[in-house]
Amino acid sequence: MSSQIFPRNANALVWVSIIGLVLLIGSIVAALVGLYLSPWYTDVGVAKEQPVPFSHKHHVDQLKIDCRYCHATVERAAHAGFPSTDTCMSCHSQIWTNSPLLQPVRDSYRTGESVVWSRIYDLPDFVYFNHSIHVAKGIGCASCHGRIDQQNLTAKAQPLYMGWCLGCHRAPEENVRPKDEVFNMAYDPQSLPLAARVALVKEYQISTDGRLTNCYICHR
Amino acid sequence: MPGTPKLNASRLARVAWLPLCLLLVACHIDMYDQPKYTANQPSEFFEDGRAMRPPVENSVPIGSFQPDSALNTGKLNGELATELPMELTAALLERGQTRYNAYCAPCHGLGGDGNGVIAYRGGIQVPGFHNERLRTVAIGYYFDVITNGVNRMYSYANRIPPEDRWAVAAYVRALQLSQYADANELTAEERQQLEGR
Repeated sequence: MSSQIFPRNANALVWVSIIGLVLLIGSIVAALVGLYLSPWYTDVGVAKEQPVPFSHKHHVDQLKIDCRYCHATVERAAHAGFPSTDTCMSCHSQIWTNSPLLQPVRDSYRTGESVVWSRIYDLPDFVYFNHSIHVAKGIGCASCHGRIDQQNLTAKAQPLYMGWCLGCHRAPEENVRPKDEVFNMAYDPQSLPLAARVALVKEYQISTDGRLTNCYICHR
Repeated sequence: MPGTPKLNASRLARVAWLPLCLLLVACHIDMYDQPKYTANQPSEFFEDGRAMRPPVENSVPIGSFQPDSALNTGKLNGELATELPMELTAALLERGQTRYNAYCAPCHGLGGDGNGVIAYRGGIQVPGFHNERLRTVAIGYYFDVITNGVNRMYSYANRIPPEDRWAVAAYVRALQLSQYADANELTAEERQQLEGR
């Protein structure tokens, strides 16, 4: 037989298709990773619709109300304490009493039915996060919640992926701050020199023997 | 070599479907949202729609809870307590200061003058602590007001535990002293500081 079955450029086609396939798979993987890290999937910076357009900026930054006024159990319980209608009304029975924005709160106070807020920070049920221990060991609100005092509408500041949790559990000295700065949103932990932060880790008895990265620290 | 598997095209083709499994697994979220209640979750089981339950009526916590003690009621034998039911320490005052600044200062002001930011912005008349009546009232009165509220002020009992209420009461006393101290009782050094300002 004198004629070839494949034309001469078939060799090139083989290489093009092999390289193309690798590139295709690579870009699909890259796209999936990108989506996984993007706000579309993590909700970082995406405000959810709420029954009342509550502004942390107004209450925290402009009125200087302490976090604990509403999140009262943050120092003594796992849960920071979502404010009850009673807490809202302890001021709003006196001010903004006719605001239509606050109608759901007044309705709730009158009828006893809960205001159904949309949850922003929702950890998987197999993660047992405890606010009180973090606050007690000098981890500031802003380390996880970002500059929530600057948010007009509340949104997630961190993706809450395990790698992010572990980053701090491996190197707590990166985020530790003096205990009396925990509720100070504007404080920057890096404003202390590393040596001082390492000293804080020691003073607050934050374990550095690897215990903090054991599975059962967060999973039970 | 008979019996030894060879990695050839037909053998690869037989296992080529395996990566498809990756598409079919890892889509379960039932461990993320387990059939259990956590704080503030809604519930279809309870009538009020809440997973969090109020304590059963007349139940008390186990341990050393004493419902009639001055620590928990602010009263001794039916009268407002006139003394702290714990030792007055610098740590207690500091604790009281953080609680006061968080819960009271929005209305009563950082100095207890009744000019907090909410009072100011809302145009509300809020009592200050620097008058004869409140300087001489039994300290249990402050505990009682935090616990039960008074006039337009709501109860803060669900936000401030009893020990902290006493710390706040002690700090209010410190605030009152700060505005009503006799300059003659100061030490020479303190007077110098005062005059130096």
